[in-house]
Amino acid sequence: MIRWILIGVLTLGIAGVSFWGYQEHQEKNAVLIQAENNYQRAFHELSYHMDVLHDKIGTALAMNSREQLSPQMVEIWRLTSQASSNVGQLPLTLMPFNKTEEFLANIGDFTYRTAVRDLQKKPLKDKEVKTLQNLYEQSGELKDELRNVQHTVLDENLRWMDVQLALATQDEQSDNTIVDGFQTVEKKVEGFAESNVDSALTGTSAEEHKYQNLTGEKINKAQASKRGQELLNVKNKDKLTVTESGKGADLPIYSVSYKNGNKNGYLDITKQGGHPLTLLVNRQVQEQKISLNQGLEKAKEYVDQYNFDDMEVFTSNQYDNIGVYSFLYNQEGVRIYSDAIELKVALDNGDLLGLTARNYFMNHKERDIPEPKLSKDEAKEKVNPDVQINEEHMAIIDNDIGEEVLVYEFLGVLGNETYRIFINAKDGTEEKVEKLDGTEINYAFASQGRA
Amino acid sequence: MTYRKMFLFIIICLMAIGLQTPHSVKPVNAFSDQVIQQGAVGEDVIELQARLQYLGFYNGNIDGVFGWGTYWALRNFQYEFGIEIDGLAGTKTKEKLEAASEYDKEYVKSQINQGNDFTHYGGVDNSKQSESGNGGNNNTSNNNTNDNNAQTKPAAANVPQGYSQNDIQLMANAVNGEARGEPYVGQVAVAAVILNRVESPSFPNSVSGVIFEPRAFTAVADGQIWLTPKKNSKKAVLDAINGWDPSGNAIYYFNPVTATSDWIWSRPQIKKIGKHIFAK
Repeated sequence: MIRWILIGVLTLGIAGVSFWGYQEHQEKNAVLIQAENNYQRAFHELSYHMDVLHDKIGTALAMNSREQLSPQMVEIWRLTSQASSNVGQLPLTLMPFNKTEEFLANIGDFTYRTAVRDLQKKPLKDKEVKTLQNLYEQSGELKDELRNVQHTVLDENLRWMDVQLALATQDEQSDNTIVDGFQTVEKKVEGFAESNVDSALTGTSAEEHKYQNLTGEKINKAQASKRGQELLNVKNKDKLTVTESGKGADLPIYSVSYKNGNKNGYLDITKQGGHPLTLLVNRQVQEQKISLNQGLEKAKEYVDQYNFDDMEVFTSNQYDNIGVYSFLYNQEGVRIYSDAIELKVALDNGDLLGLTARNYFMNHKERDIPEPKLSKDEAKEKVNPDVQINEEHMAIIDNDIGEEVLVYEFLGVLGNETYRIFINAKDGTEEKVEKLDGTEINYAFASQGRA
Repeated sequence: MTYRKMFLFIIICLMAIGLQTPHSVKPVNAFSDQVIQQGAVGEDVIELQARLQYLGFYNGNIDGVFGWGTYWALRNFQYEFGIEIDGLAGTKTKEKLEAASEYDKEYVKSQINQGNDFTHYGGVDNSKQSESGNGGNNNTSNNNTNDNNAQTKPAAANVPQGYSQNDIQLMANAVNGEARGEPYVGQVAVAAVILNRVESPSFPNSVSGVIFEPRAFTAVADGQIWLTPKKNSKKAVLDAINGWDPSGNAIYYFNPVTATSDWIWSRPQIKKIGKHIFAK
């Protein structure tokens, strides 16, 4: 009897302990993941901030007016403080990371001093521009190095918790790529310590025009289905599903979708007028048969076919076997940045894979374009004289406070970088300076040799 | 009957040979027929950059991506050689380029494959133009040596303005963790929500900030974000970054079956894609 009671109690005890142990284990895991996520966040943000920092410094180099330069300096200053806060959150106490922080602090000091100074009265001296150039190059190297480490981290699923253990135990056997990477970054920073330190584009929150100028009659579900059939190029309309949007939508739309084997399509069209907002077709794209240029011809055909008039090509880019093209509305030779559409063309057979025209329909209307008060040459004088201007356009852009303004657009080169500079055609304000990139070292490829 | 079989057999043999030949038939050292334009990627771009560099017009890296540097170099070349300046490498431009420059294909390709820092200026000895990129590359793995005959991949990639491949990768991880069972559009929509949050004043201002915001995404909280993403997730992320937003400008989404918070039901709903309801 007592024996059985004992056995019973023990069994219960063991079950209880296992349950408790399991719960402890779960909790520990949750906490571990949480801690890991914090590290990951700090690290990825650091890489990102370094990248943006590099960009902003580069843009500052091409700026000319105080109205642009001072805010840009503030922006850089803000970014450096964020980046150093990111560094501070990383588990690097056992490593000599202070040089990187110092470097960030240096940029911070320089930009703070120039930002609070009246650049109208005391513009940047040549020496300061040199320093800025130096900082630009250094931030570039740091950025590349960090991005490289980041690539390895993502590629090999490295964990910061492991790094911390590695650091704590100095265990050379385990994969210390992150630590090694950081030590390289650290060396880079030492390499250019002290030679510099003497002293960019805020994102615009475009005021959205809320689809005020949509044309056409309201369509019903059956019409939507028919329209979807045309646009998605589907023969059998039974395969289509049509749904209506809910009350949270910006404007009432129908969503049309279909699935056919490995190919499926999705389309949002407005209830008013049946205009296509988003179209996406997903399928396996075969080997490239047509060039990006031929794809562009196809894209132009689609633009015509869908009744977008007076559109001009703005950018073209190839991602694997897909060509992505953007078009801007052109009214009397002025290109209007807010009225943009993008198309995706498969480079195996030239089929349309995607179209997005949200921006176009949100903003599009015929505008009264004022006469420019400044001549082109007068506007050119407002551009930083170091920038060599290669191309020019008239354009309408949204400025920092979301108003549409008529501008001269200059494409120019400074050093190895290309910039897009907008000068207000009415009063000569430097509205916006943008550093153009869009290509990047293929880190996967660069590290392939080491595999 | 046997004759016919023999005949068939021979034909099949010939066809098999025919299938293999195209590799060696490929013309050496010459562009393909395509008009090369900005944004293009590939072998023709490598050749274009190498030839422009040979003539001293192009000072950037020979990486196989037709970016701004290549564009200006090409325009300058067209200007100097009296061709219409359009920034496109069409038939005429390519002919002029081929006549005026040389292209050491073997050298350029092997340099790219080894990941070296190199240049291709005319009149300079090749050995002086190359610098081993990263030390570990000397012991080339088997993969690499086999690749020599295959296409040389560009050493760079197009990225949407303002994004790094790493940002894209991180987003792909998140999208994969959150929506890998969803239809493709659903994945684009989830990626779009991340981007909408970056834009929104009530969320962090960077992709990583949004993704790692505590309690924002379940896939982050339970570690699913670290599963190897499927190829589709990356495509979906690229679409979202390039401007596609099937979510209709949503900043929230939830799965009505598993949603634990009542609050989420109070958000104005936009639409349902797959299992997810997207909301403002």
